[in-house]
Amino acid sequence: MTKRFALEGIRVADFGWAYAGPYLTKLLADMGAEVIKIESRTRPDIVRVTGPFLDNKPGLNRSGFFKELNRNKRSITLDLTKPKGLELAKEIIKLSVLVVENYAPRVMEKFGLHYEALKEIKPDIIMCSLSGFGATGPERDFISFGSGQVPLSGLGYLTGYRDRPPERTPMAYPDPTSGLWGAAMVLAALYHRQRTGKGQYIDLSELEVAVTTIGGAIIEYTLNQRIPERMGNRHLWMAPHGFYPCKGEDKWIAIAISSKEEWHSLCEAMGAPAWCQEERFSDPVNRCKNQDELDRLIGDWIKQYSHYQLAEILQGRGIPATPVLNAEELIEDPHLKQRGLFVQIDHPEAGPRFLTGPPMKLSESHSGIHRPAPDLGEDNGYVFGQLLKLPQAEIERLLAEKVI
Amino acid sequence: MQEGAALAGLRVIEWAQFMAGPFCARLLADLGAQVIKVEEPFIGDRSRREGPFPGDIPHPEKSGLFLYLNTNKLGITLNLKNPHGAKIFQELIRAADFLVEDFPPGILQEMSLGYEDLKEINPRLIMISITPFGQTGPNKDYKAHDINIMAAGGMAYVSGDPEREPVIFAGAQSEYQAGLNALVGGLCALYYREFTGLGQQVDISKQEAIIAILEHAIPTYSFQGQIRKRSGNRHPATHPSSNYPCKDGYVMINPATDLQWKAFVEWMGNPAWTLDPKMDDRQYRVEHADEIDEKVIQWLSQKTKKEIYYGGQERHLPFTPLFDIKEVVESAQFNAREFFVETEHPEAGKVKMPGSPCKLSETPSKIYRPAPRLGEHNEEIYCGSLGYLREDLIKLRGAGII
Repeated sequence: MTKRFALEGIRVADFGWAYAGPYLTKLLADMGAEVIKIESRTRPDIVRVTGPFLDNKPGLNRSGFFKELNRNKRSITLDLTKPKGLELAKEIIKLSVLVVENYAPRVMEKFGLHYEALKEIKPDIIMCSLSGFGATGPERDFISFGSGQVPLSGLGYLTGYRDRPPERTPMAYPDPTSGLWGAAMVLAALYHRQRTGKGQYIDLSELEVAVTTIGGAIIEYTLNQRIPERMGNRHLWMAPHGFYPCKGEDKWIAIAISSKEEWHSLCEAMGAPAWCQEERFSDPVNRCKNQDELDRLIGDWIKQYSHYQLAEILQGRGIPATPVLNAEELIEDPHLKQRGLFVQIDHPEAGPRFLTGPPMKLSESHSGIHRPAPDLGEDNGYVFGQLLKLPQAEIERLLAEKVI
Repeated sequence: MQEGAALAGLRVIEWAQFMAGPFCARLLADLGAQVIKVEEPFIGDRSRREGPFPGDIPHPEKSGLFLYLNTNKLGITLNLKNPHGAKIFQELIRAADFLVEDFPPGILQEMSLGYEDLKEINPRLIMISITPFGQTGPNKDYKAHDINIMAAGGMAYVSGDPEREPVIFAGAQSEYQAGLNALVGGLCALYYREFTGLGQQVDISKQEAIIAILEHAIPTYSFQGQIRKRSGNRHPATHPSSNYPCKDGYVMINPATDLQWKAFVEWMGNPAWTLDPKMDDRQYRVEHADEIDEKVIQWLSQKTKKEIYYGGQERHLPFTPLFDIKEVVESAQFNAREFFVETEHPEAGKVKMPGSPCKLSETPSKIYRPAPRLGEHNEEIYCGSLGYLREDLIKLRGAGII
């Protein structure tokens, strides 16, 4: 029996834009849901207009990150400010099980596409709204963006080197994390709907999502009234714990020693130097206390090795050690090749390019990348012609009137 | 039973430690599934030994981390290495919808408790397996903590200052990413099971969970042939986009669009250094970042976090203050949404912690019970569900099986 996609038959009216909403629908599309991305010609998705662009040349259909995020989906264009555009959106929603959006809270209300209104046209609709602050509260209408919520969450203050102000975060962490939370809640709602026939509304706050990832730090304060500070790459009780420079340009290895056995194995790997036996490195308390010196001594030994080579040696001795990998090294990595994480997908114009496949492998149901990300409005013919069954003449009229 | 909850009637067996697996199972419990956390007798979950502890006094029933990740669960003890214990485990699996486990690959198979074995007992079982590098592949037996996953997952390389070692997110984020991927994968399998009647295994690799959220790094290589590197407190394509010190802490200043840059310049009072039309060009600002930083820091030295935050919102500028934990807990926005919840635990007492960031109108997440004490529900499960007698429990305990 050929495997089927887990979410076959689920159609999503996807009003998501930028990162969070599209990440949620990417998860569903990878599992076989039919995701109809509803886009605007006059205000294209910001990810379409920001790079990295194919061969460094900008274009609405040339954004590499758009292609990574929106593969498997279908794209239609609609002007929701026109009554006919809104009407068509509602027709699509009637054919869908789920609506996803991550606009500012008032927007869907303004369009008359908020949950109460959608329930009128489809009583069992499931709607998931992702927003910066949530749909309620004194700050709900504050403008926000994914990365900007990190400082408000407390995660920003805690992240960075110990000897410096908080470090900027490398990507908009709350966005995909919210996409994951949203997808999980949507799936629970879909299951509930299977059993009861009822839909529901899901109100997700990206800021709150970020706070759930520092639960331990929150409790440190609520239990002990102590404000946690930045620890850099150090750990509360593991030492050595950090990044050490290896041979070559900007090559590092991450090592974390979490037991007596691992410490002894590391000492042996280093050829049992005399300093390993010193009292000041004899147990976790002492090693934490003398960590600067410990790091220097270990660093001296490590720097003669390449990161990959050393990780293999140390892992062979049961020591948690991994090389710091860049994008090229990830795509070339033998383990990841065997796992098949990166897949080459043929893109019009670009040819075959690597995309990151779904990060969960299901043994019985199919998941993966079956088509590249759509060009803007690529699926107008399919959605308006085949799904909504509009005659060709009408589609052309709507195009001319800039409704589509 | 949690009437009306999304996952009411579903049963989860959890054998997982620390964060990823327990977090996944916790969220299943919040949605109404009955979660039985199976722990090793006397030792229990590793996170019982990690703080924070009230008053910094370690106690296996008072770990803040354990409480956060294991509220809403029942708790039993079981020694899987004992053959009788393994048999009891099979009985638990027989009636389960989910197994959430984080054994190193191969270990369960050695005990004849691998997916192929368990699906014979219960073809409807959804087995969620969480490991650092996945169930297969040359590195599957590699050991890893969060810093190792961040390194092998490509996140470290893009995080921090380019002139020194990387610095990673606080809080062991790879654990939360893996836990969330596990939850999504498991719920997809649940939905699929409605149509096929069959379960399956969900293979979660913490490394892959991190790679999936690298954002620009893979597409930059794939579509431009360039290797994205960390850029520290600066964005490569726009400036300012950084954390800066202000009068009473730090704020993030990021006027990303041309409109926002103009609004920011106006707010600063159109100082001389902004009047050069070249300053309106993003690339020019990137090239003169040092000079701009000096000026911005000067301006900020007279402004508080609150002034920047609320003043920014008035001007449609999403400049956000770097709140410390105290400020987060006291924030009006969270309190209006009742985001923080307080659980009452028989030994730890009242503990305030983050609740759910999602409000579901029909099937909201709920707190049903505090985190379990070690072996707290042995009698309820072994006697109540599996038909053992109280005397049997004494024998099982004596033999080191529970």
